[in-house]
Amino acid sequence: MPKTEFSPSIDSRPTYSGLVSQGAAPAIMVADEAGAQALTDLAASDASVMDHAHVVLVGCGAAALGDVKPVALHEAPDFDAATPLVTQLLNTARMGTQIYLAGSEGLIGHVSALAFAAGMPVDEIQMEHRGSIARRMQCVHCKGITEDVTTDPFTCAHCGLTLFVRDHFSRRLGVFQGVCVDAETPGVVPETVEIQA
Amino acid sequence: MTMQFNDETFRGDYTYHNSPEAIRRFPFPFDQDTYMYSVNIEQHPGGPKGTPFEKMFDVDEHYVAEMKDREITLAEDPLRCQSLPHMELAGWDLLELIMVSKARDYPDLFTLHRDGNDWHWINKPLGIEKKFTFLDATTLPCGPMEYITRQTQGDFALLHERDNNLWMDAGMITSQADWSLDFDVGMNFFEWHAPVPKARKMGVFDKALKFLLAVGQGQHYRRLNWTMTVNPRLDTSPENYHKWGPEKRTITPENVGQKQFLRVELQTFFRLPRSNALAFPIRCYLMNLEDIATKPKWGRRLHRVLRDIDPDLAEYKGFAVNQKTIVDYLSQFDDGAPTSPGIFPD
Ligand code: HEM
Repeated sequence: MPKTEFSPSIDSRPTYSGLVSQGAAPAIMVADEAGAQALTDLAASDASVMDHAHVVLVGCGAAALGDVKPVALHEAPDFDAATPLVTQLLNTARMGTQIYLAGSEGLIGHVSALAFAAGMPVDEIQMEHRGSIARRMQCVHCKGITEDVTTDPFTCAHCGLTLFVRDHFSRRLGVFQGVCVDAETPGVVPETVEIQA
Repeated sequence: MTMQFNDETFRGDYTYHNSPEAIRRFPFPFDQDTYMYSVNIEQHPGGPKGTPFEKMFDVDEHYVAEMKDREITLAEDPLRCQSLPHMELAGWDLLELIMVSKARDYPDLFTLHRDGNDWHWINKPLGIEKKFTFLDATTLPCGPMEYITRQTQGDFALLHERDNNLWMDAGMITSQADWSLDFDVGMNFFEWHAPVPKARKMGVFDKALKFLLAVGQGQHYRRLNWTMTVNPRLDTSPENYHKWGPEKRTITPENVGQKQFLRVELQTFFRLPRSNALAFPIRCYLMNLEDIATKPKWGRRLHRVLRDIDPDLAEYKGFAVNQKTIVDYLSQFDDGAPTSPGIFPD
């Protein structure tokens, strides 16, 4: 699956300009199954990028990386399981460590928020979107996060309000903002549509 | 004490009201009969005696009631006040700026005695007397930014400067025109302004940021911004949109004069001495259409501005659904006569 091209949007919406090798620097790489392809493409462009790379694969096995051999490879069944390890890697990262994230908006949002919390300069993180365009949405009312949102509007998994999907994005939280769609006219909800890239 | 403080509410029964003096000094934001975004920045303080532009931090008849309303909002939602760890020094800078200014400008309301870092602060309207050690957070009941902004009208953002940008790394935001501090903390100037229509393409934000980055020590500036709010509600946050949203649809031709408020933000900019952060107070003034129309120039002008405004701005500011009712009501005050330049009534 190729790199996703998103339509032009507002300034807070991340653009994921794609992974570019920063050479044989220490690196933390996190990817899901679709994103693993971006890592193999990265290694094909410059094999040395894997010399000091810790790769964390979320929801897929090592086979997704083909014959690419990073210095360490970890597998986690989902985000929650990956979080302690990724947090540990971020907190103990040396100055100059490169971060590469590839996969869904949810994966990128989740890990970039962990990087923010660890005090990493978020604008220097490399990101490439591959695969699902489902969004990680935060309800502005109850603050609960609903993963894998593919429709607009959607139902908040926590408080049950019907929320519309904004393009406004917080890098600190790694989420898009969801706002009550029928706040002014309770019960009057527009037709549900699929989210577009 | 010379100033009388209103007993009034900004929610529920909405007993908020403006005295004739408050109407006279209202910071009407339009200096001509049309409006579009611009880099409308000027020196602060400075302005005719008695106007809200005269002092660094204007204190008016709503002070005590506004602080009570902030207390209610914070109790319900502590995330309205946030400060990233590196912003505590900026909080002390802000506390100093406000205490020193208020004690100088309103000596019968506020007193500050300083002996080195041993400070003694007296706030008569709120009945607060506090001895503390400047720069020692353990001597205050909460962080310095929270402490002083619980005693100062208006919202406050503290911006950290790095990489040629400003980052919203702290704030006390309980009377916002529909934006979320919790969501925006950590964003830069272009990110938090992203939802605003048109302005980026017009070059307004590039020019404004350049100006702000050049603000030096001891320099202060201001600008006015405005929107429309149904009922005199300070907490028009996105967090509570599902609670105040239904009120927006209660406007009728009969009640629009009383229920529809022009909401003016007096925004000021101060470079802070120790942290080099920028303080951005956002002071909110609310006045209903009926009171505005008591000044013939304001009634005429507001009618023309709201009738002719760009539809994208009416939508963004959230009054498009009531625009027709508002403009119809205001048309009775517009006899077509020319208006004088400037914001002050004739
Ligand atoms: C550094 C201090 C500033 C802060 C913290 C700030 C913050 C904000 C925020 C949070 C919003 C609401 C955005 C949303 O819809 O989520 C906003 C709106 C806006 N800001 Fe700023 N701003 C600052 C300085 C400026 C300056 C210097 C200008 C100069 C032109 C400006 C122009 C605007 C405009 C035009 C809007 C749209 C307002 C409306 O139509 O009601 N801002 N600002």
